[in-house]
Amino acid sequence: MHSGKIAVIGDKDLILAFKAIGMDVFSADTEAEAEKLVKKLAKDYAIIFITEDLAEKIDQLLTKYKTKAYPAIIPIPSSNGTTGYGMKGIKNDVEKAIGTDILFNKED
Amino acid sequence: MAEKLRVNPTRMELKRLKERLKMASRGHKLLKDKSDEMIRRFVGYAKEDKRLREEVEGDLAAALTKFLLAKSISDEATIQEAVAMPGTQVSLNLDTQNVMAVQVPKITIEESDSTEKYPYSFTSVTAELDSSIATISELLVKLVELAQIEKTCNMLAIEIEKNRRRVNALEYVMIPQTEEAIGDITMKLDEAERSNTVRLMKVKTIIQK
Repeated sequence: MHSGKIAVIGDKDLILAFKAIGMDVFSADTEAEAEKLVKKLAKDYAIIFITEDLAEKIDQLLTKYKTKAYPAIIPIPSSNGTTGYGMKGIKNDVEKAIGTDILFNKED
Repeated sequence: MAEKLRVNPTRMELKRLKERLKMASRGHKLLKDKSDEMIRRFVGYAKEDKRLREEVEGDLAAALTKFLLAKSISDEATIQEAVAMPGTQVSLNLDTQNVMAVQVPKITIEESDSTEKYPYSFTSVTAELDSSIATISELLVKLVELAQIEKTCNMLAIEIEKNRRRVNALEYVMIPQTEEAIGDITMKLDEAERSNTVRLMKVKTIIQK
C-alpha cells in the first residue's frame, strides 16, 4: 500500500535542498494546496515531511492521520527557522498521555 | 453518581452479576497495569523524541541556511538544473512493530546502490551547495529516525488516553454499579427469605391451634 518513499511539502526554496538527496518534493504555498497534497500523498508515501508553518495551518487534517502507523507526517522547520510547532506536538502528546507535562516544565 | 442498574432480584441474576463483577475487577487490574507499562515506555520514547527533534531542528536549520546561501551565490537556473535529476532515490523498508499491542511503524533506510551523492557536475556550482547537500544527506538518517519515533509517540499517546478511559469507565461506573446491584439483590432476597420464615411460623401456629 505504502511505498518506501519520502515526500516533502514546503516552500520552493526548501524543497530544492531535499530534492537533491532523492526525496520526492512538492511545493505548496497556501493552506488549501497543502491540504490537497497531504490527502493525495498520504495514500502512498510512508513519510511526509511538512514545514511547520504549513503543518500549523492544517493541524486539523493532520490529527486524522495520527492513529495509523503509516503515513508518518512529521513537521520540520522551514528555512526561516523553527516556529516551535514540532516541539509543541511532543508537548501535547506528553500531556495527553500523562496528564501533565513532565518533559518541558523545567524550561517554562 | 452513576445511574442505577435495573435488575431482577433473582438468584440467577445475582450469580450473573457476581461473575461480571469478578471479570470487571480483573479487567480493571489488567488495564491499569497495561496503562502503567505504556506510560513507562512512552516516557522513554518522548524523551528520545525530544532529543532527536532538538538535534534535527538545529542541524536542519543550519543546513538550509547554507543551502539558501549557496542559492544566492549561483543563479536560480543553475541550482534548479543541478538538483533537477537526483542521483539517488531514497527508499525505505517499512515494517510495523508491536509496542504494547499498538502497531507502530518501524522504518529502515534501504541502502541505495548508487554512490553518486552529488547529482551535478562540480564545475557548475559552488562549494557551498556541496557542503549543504552533504549535511542534508547526513541528516536523512536522523530525519527518518525522528519520523519513526515521533509517530510512535503520537500513537502511544492516543492509545494511553483510550486505555485510561477504559480504566476509568470500569473503576467509576461499571464496578460501583455492579456492586450496588449485587447489594440490592442480596437485600431483596434476604427480605424475601425473612418474610417466608415469618409466614411459615404463622402457618405453624395456625395449624397447632
